[in-house]
Amino acid sequence: MPVEYMRTIREKYSKLGYAPYGWHEATEAPPWTPLAKPLSDCRVGMLSTAGTYVAGQVAYFYKDDASHRVIPSDTPVENLRFSHLTENYLPDTRRDANCAFPIEPLLTLATEGVIGDVADNVFSCMGAVYSKRRVEEELAPAIHKAFVAEDVDVAYLVPL
Amino acid sequence: MCLIARYLEARGIPTMVMGTALDIVKFGWPPRAVFMDFPLGHGGGPAFDPDQQLAIARQALVAFEGIQNPGEILPLAQTWPGGDAWKTATADQSAEDVRQPRDMTVRYQREEDRHLAEAAAGD
Repeated sequence: MPVEYMRTIREKYSKLGYAPYGWHEATEAPPWTPLAKPLSDCRVGMLSTAGTYVAGQVAYFYKDDASHRVIPSDTPVENLRFSHLTENYLPDTRRDANCAFPIEPLLTLATEGVIGDVADNVFSCMGAVYSKRRVEEELAPAIHKAFVAEDVDVAYLVPL
Repeated sequence: MCLIARYLEARGIPTMVMGTALDIVKFGWPPRAVFMDFPLGHGGGPAFDPDQQLAIARQALVAFEGIQNPGEILPLAQTWPGGDAWKTATADQSAEDVRQPRDMTVRYQREEDRHLAEAAAGD
């Protein structure tokens, strides 16, 4: 049985006196864009909401940080760092960044020809934004613009 | 993440969400997702297992061509090393929560990162 995260997290936050995180419930069927070309020709972009930054970049703050970081896809993984409100989910990815920022597998699959290539820059943000308005009006448009600038054909999205 | 997936997809970019929390992904109803019954924070796979990490990414990317129904969540044939013991720990309400305060203080993983960022800002 999969873990009931929403119930568990709500109960835990309530017990600790934290404001509840309000997941957005989608009530309409999702939009759909078919692939425009074979996967093996696709340029793949990536977004991780694990609060990834490169050593030398500014990290994240924990109250509705709607900013994102532009991370060169050839960044050595030992230079990747993570800061995220729910730090209890970070220990593994702080040891091996590929847990929540799987850039090395994507680069390998580009070498193998499974995908066309990986965008020159991939992205991260700190996912725990409590304001739906800020996600829709600030974060999502900024991420969209960033993916367009990288000319990606598909977006690989890795939640924390 | 599901909000962002829907936003991108509506503007012409096909998306794939690497789900590890099935209830949260169902609630957010993204256009395409895969599901692995893994602890949160492991959408790329377990630490220091490049073979499984590669297998996961391969299956998820191939699912861009495999998933044809909007909203489908494809379970990946992947098992967490060490079985389901992690679920007991996750469900333990008494486990300490290590959250820092929700404020505007920038939280670096390492103190040296703060010095590097400040040096870069001073250039």
